[in-house]
Amino acid sequence: MKRLAVIAVAAAFVLVLGSAMLDLAPTAIDLRGPVMANLVQSGVEHPVTAVLLNYRGYDTLLEIAVLLLALLAILAVTDAARPVAARPAHPVIETLARLAVPLMILVAVYLLWAGAFRPGGAFQAGAVLAAAAVLLHLAGLLPGWRAPRPRLRLGLAAGFAVFLTVAAALLTQGALLQYPPEAAGGLILLIESGLTLSLALILAGLFLFLSRDEAAP
Amino acid sequence: MSSGLLFALTGVILFALGVAGVVLITPLLRRILAFNLMGSGAFLVLVGLAQRNGMSDPVPQAMVLTGIVVAVAATALALALARKLHALTGGLELPADDDD
Repeated sequence: MKRLAVIAVAAAFVLVLGSAMLDLAPTAIDLRGPVMANLVQSGVEHPVTAVLLNYRGYDTLLEIAVLLLALLAILAVTDAARPVAARPAHPVIETLARLAVPLMILVAVYLLWAGAFRPGGAFQAGAVLAAAAVLLHLAGLLPGWRAPRPRLRLGLAAGFAVFLTVAAALLTQGALLQYPPEAAGGLILLIESGLTLSLALILAGLFLFLSRDEAAP
Repeated sequence: MSSGLLFALTGVILFALGVAGVVLITPLLRRILAFNLMGSGAFLVLVGLAQRNGMSDPVPQAMVLTGIVVAVAATALALALARKLHALTGGLELPADDDD
């Protein structure tokens, strides 16, 4: 009974929202124009990167804070059990991982650099780096992580710290994260580099901190 | 009908499927998957509606990019909590409500 009711409500929701979308008026607010008009002084040439790190930089600042918070919460709820020791995987997988990881690091650096003028940027680069770490772990070359030591903690927090420092230093400009146009490119690259490092460590940590051996005493 | 509108309508269907899943499914892993389906539907609606006249708008795209990363973090947190529940009770289902 409950099942049928829920399904009926969901179907009705699809019908109502779908029909509303079909005769939705063309959008009254067009942000493409302003985005493109200010691209010259945003410091980057790709509109998505400009939105992420310049026009709506505070979204990205809060995002990295949320990620850090999620990782801290995960560290708080997981026990300090013994992390999974690196189990030897099949030699083919191991060799493949050894070959793929340097290429993935290269791709990540390229993505970070390319973010200024084409699709790419800190998030994609960080995700590729984190995937490299997970690949190494699954191939048995990288053990799961225990409670983070100071150096790892520094890496996890670096992106947020760099971003926050830049934001605080720029408060004199009058608005949050309002870069002076001539320095915007350099500042965005600095922030993105810090973000890439921290995002990679946090995303890898989401996997590697959870990879613990429950059977172990 | 433009392809953007098609994306948005698919997003609505995915969102509704996800909502029904979150309400109806009791095993926690599948419920977390349903929750992710909801998120993906919302992202598709955002991106699809913004480009329904054929040109993409960078602002919703940037928002969705932010949202995807936050969704990954939220999923990992949910999995960590589910794992803790499994370690404590040995099961992967929430206890039934009393008023049900």
